[in-house]
Amino acid sequence: MAIGVKVMKRPEGETSYVRAALRGMRLTFKHMFQPKVTMQYPEERTTADARGPYAIAPRWRGTHRMMADEQGRSKCVACGLCPQICPANCIKLVPGEDEHGNRYPLIYEIDEFRCVFCGYCQEVCPEEAIHVGVHFENAEYGRDRFVYDLERLTSQTHPVSTLWDPADPKGE
Amino acid sequence: MTPEMKGFLLLAVLKMVVVFTVVMVGVALLTLMERKVSAWMQNRRGPNRVGFAGLLQPAADGVKNIVKEETYPAEANSFLFILAPALAFIPAMCLSAVIPWAAPVDISLDRTLPLLGHVRYDGRMAMAVADLPIGFLFVLAVSSLGVYGIALAGWSSNSKYSLLGGLRSSAQMISYEVAMGMSLIPLLILVGNASFGDVIKAQQDGLWFILPLTLSFFVFLVAGFAETNRLPFDLPEAESELIAGYHTEYSAMKFSLFFIAEYANMVTVSAMLATLFFGGWDIPGTSWDQNGSTLAAVATGAAMFLKTFFFLFFFMWIRWTLPRFRYDQLMALGWKFLIPLALVYLMIIAVAVWILEAVVGIADPKIKALILFGMNAVMCYVVFFILDRGTLVSGSYRRQVPANVGS
Repeated sequence: MAIGVKVMKRPEGETSYVRAALRGMRLTFKHMFQPKVTMQYPEERTTADARGPYAIAPRWRGTHRMMADEQGRSKCVACGLCPQICPANCIKLVPGEDEHGNRYPLIYEIDEFRCVFCGYCQEVCPEEAIHVGVHFENAEYGRDRFVYDLERLTSQTHPVSTLWDPADPKGE
Repeated sequence: MTPEMKGFLLLAVLKMVVVFTVVMVGVALLTLMERKVSAWMQNRRGPNRVGFAGLLQPAADGVKNIVKEETYPAEANSFLFILAPALAFIPAMCLSAVIPWAAPVDISLDRTLPLLGHVRYDGRMAMAVADLPIGFLFVLAVSSLGVYGIALAGWSSNSKYSLLGGLRSSAQMISYEVAMGMSLIPLLILVGNASFGDVIKAQQDGLWFILPLTLSFFVFLVAGFAETNRLPFDLPEAESELIAGYHTEYSAMKFSLFFIAEYANMVTVSAMLATLFFGGWDIPGTSWDQNGSTLAAVATGAAMFLKTFFFLFFFMWIRWTLPRFRYDQLMALGWKFLIPLALVYLMIIAVAVWILEAVVGIADPKIKALILFGMNAVMCYVVFFILDRGTLVSGSYRRQVPANVGS
């Protein structure tokens, strides 16, 4: 054996196929009476703070949400970091400036079809404005509805991703 | 036409309609049952959206398959491509004609009907569409026709996966037919006749053949799994290797026909197992079911249904328990284990019956069956506890393991 494949010595003298099959059948039969794990989706829904088998991870990266300040305006200062870092190039940002010299986005659009949900935009945002959300129910009737504009991003209410485990931020 | 002939034809047509309907509806419900059982065995719920507890799921599937587009692969032999599903479906349906579903009923019919005129039928009517004197030989003969449908489907699709599936299926079905036929010869020795009625009668007189002929039952069961292409013998389909095997290129209702054929074959093999080895419609310990009353027919029909249903469940149970065989294991199991086992068993039973009948001279079928049962228990122990070790499904790794393992 040139490449050193490990060949297992199988217990062929001791095993009995018929009895092993019967043991397997006993196991599958027992499973028929165990509690079912399927979630009955449209009736039962999971929430972000759910516990147990149906919980979504707090690090789940779903469709985006733009955070707003107390006046209900988006926190975005149109710095341009998120379109810069976005690997899928799905963020369209046109910056504008008001009379006080504050920058704000004139156009802020995310194409959710092109997005790869890496979460870099949330990671890079200095104002903690754009976030990826803990959310997965995104069905729409048309393809054009998947380009989320600023108003839509701001009006989302779902919880946002923590991106990393707070107890273990460096992934150790 | 004489009134007697009209009466016979009328009843035959009625039985045909009833059996065909029951088998078709049963097959539809079996697809649901398969999905439910598989779900339960995997701690899931299974389909439960369409109708109460998903009972209308088969109807939804049927409508879907009828309105779906039929696709034809380029360069396929279109005549055989269309013919193949029918060739798989028709033998599967024919088989259900000969199974006796309940005890025979006394019927005295003598009246004038509209359109038909005077019809008359007197006497005992077998509860099978065709009470053939050749009985299970017919089943063995016709069930092997199903391989034409599968092999032709594989060939005419003009696809490599389909062709491999078809080839595998023909090799597999032909191999296992030998073992299947041979496993039934001991039964023939004990009964002396191939008709289902006599088989059931012999079991009522003696014991259910599962006890005196356990190894025959085992061989027939395994060969039955192989004949119906069910897991662990679903090499012709083998999703992980051949996509869907012989029906890769089929869509819509033509695909459904293969599916119906598979499930109808399952019903037939289950009914055969129940009839040949579990007393058919016999309710153990009773003999009043032979008096030809309607009540007896209903009760025995229920008994037959329960037995068949158990084996249908058993088919699914095995499917969701055992993994698929490798191809060489499949062939080795058929040729090197089942056929020799069936042959040796046939010789042992033949000699034993000869000694019991001609030398010792035991006439009572019950005592004869009990003695055979005792013999059989010993043989089962030998086969399942001693010979089985590492030989029943032998791996090809035996040949491949080199001498210098680990060096």
